[in-house]
Amino acid sequence: MKYITEFRKREQAKGLVNRIIEAATKPYCIMEICGTHTHAISRYGVRESLKGALRLISGPGCPVCVTSTGDVDRAIELSRRGGVILATFGDMMRVPGSASSLQEVKAAGADVRVVYSPLDSIQMALDNPGKEVVLFAVGFETTVPTVAATILTAAERGITNFSALALPKLTPPAMKALMDSGEVDIDAFLAPGHVTAIIGAEAYRFLAKDYGSPCVVAGFEPIDALYGIYMLVRQMEEKRSDIEIQYKRVVTWEGNLKAMEVMDKVFEEADASWRGIGTIPMSGLKIREAYSSFDAEERFSITPAAEVPDPPGCACGEVLKGLITPEECKLFATACTPETPVGPCMVSSEGTCAAYYKYEIRSA
Amino acid sequence: MCLGIPGKIIRIETGMATVDVAGAKKEASLMLLEGAAVGDYVIVHAGFAIQKIDEKEAAETLKLVDELIEGMSEV
Ligand code: SF4
Repeated sequence: MKYITEFRKREQAKGLVNRIIEAATKPYCIMEICGTHTHAISRYGVRESLKGALRLISGPGCPVCVTSTGDVDRAIELSRRGGVILATFGDMMRVPGSASSLQEVKAAGADVRVVYSPLDSIQMALDNPGKEVVLFAVGFETTVPTVAATILTAAERGITNFSALALPKLTPPAMKALMDSGEVDIDAFLAPGHVTAIIGAEAYRFLAKDYGSPCVVAGFEPIDALYGIYMLVRQMEEKRSDIEIQYKRVVTWEGNLKAMEVMDKVFEEADASWRGIGTIPMSGLKIREAYSSFDAEERFSITPAAEVPDPPGCACGEVLKGLITPEECKLFATACTPETPVGPCMVSSEGTCAAYYKYEIRSA
Repeated sequence: MCLGIPGKIIRIETGMATVDVAGAKKEASLMLLEGAAVGDYVIVHAGFAIQKIDEKEAAETLKLVDELIEGMSEV
């Protein structure tokens, strides 16, 4: 497979691991922000192979995991209303709200349907003229333009039975909030390839400028992640803090201007509530006034999400902030497993707890 | 969830591309990408092509990796 296999070669990966271990004179702490990185780094044994040389911690970059319990509750509440079809990405189905999950309400008779693309919900609306189709749209900058494009399509085609419960979140403000909290000691960031394909690497300039933190935008194959980590180590050894792009075949400094234009047309910045972290100012987006007829919050007059505490014992909040690793949660691999997830970090395949459970659990 | 898969555009019709992703044909909207053409490799995410893949840069990245590793074996 072009652009996949050649970035997965075992020999090269091994060579890079050696190069990194040789270059790092200190166990620097590197945070990968993105759930897709977390998954890849666990799956290919990158974390394990660099153990002792570096500390690789995972951040709040799984959109499913950072969706607050209150927001899951709101989606569930909507799905229970008569005449509503709730369209959602598959990852959200099993995320526990405060009393149940979408999967459970579906089993109890609610019309909840999984979509691969947000555009599928438009077809759903056309096929079901007597129903209201609501797209439950969580996601970061990679996904938000696809939701915006879907809303624009609905507007252009005059579709009146479609709306979105849109809860987009933005990556740079979350990184800033982590740095400002001072809770976690991060030496450098591995930034997400596909978020940055949209927003452009320039968006991280503040990390180098205001926090002296090196940042490398990396791709998701093992060679990409490893080479990105090597670039970070090299910066720190040379006492530099720059923004660099490893994933140059896809990422540019300015990003995808067309996608950002579409996103900006439909959405404006707003505060957002992150599970485990709380409200971060201007770290999310809301649908602009001009498209308010497609805003499920307005259309169904749903109230803002209530603050709901995490399930007792679940340490997802700390995991998302990189304060602890999943193994340090008391419920990990005992009460909480992928079959019986307690927190969202165990549900999503990109959740840190799920990645650790699947790939990093020690038999001892 | 930000997973994007590389594929090659094999057809374009009214803003929709048919993309060959490892032998499987997928439909991807081109609403978010300017100037995509048949033969281009793109990243497909949630039914949209979100960025083109730059062939030269891909080769360059692999070359840098090889150089780094070779440099090591000479030491
Ligand atoms: S192991 Fe389960 S309970 Fe513990 S933090 Fe992770 S998701 Fe929450």
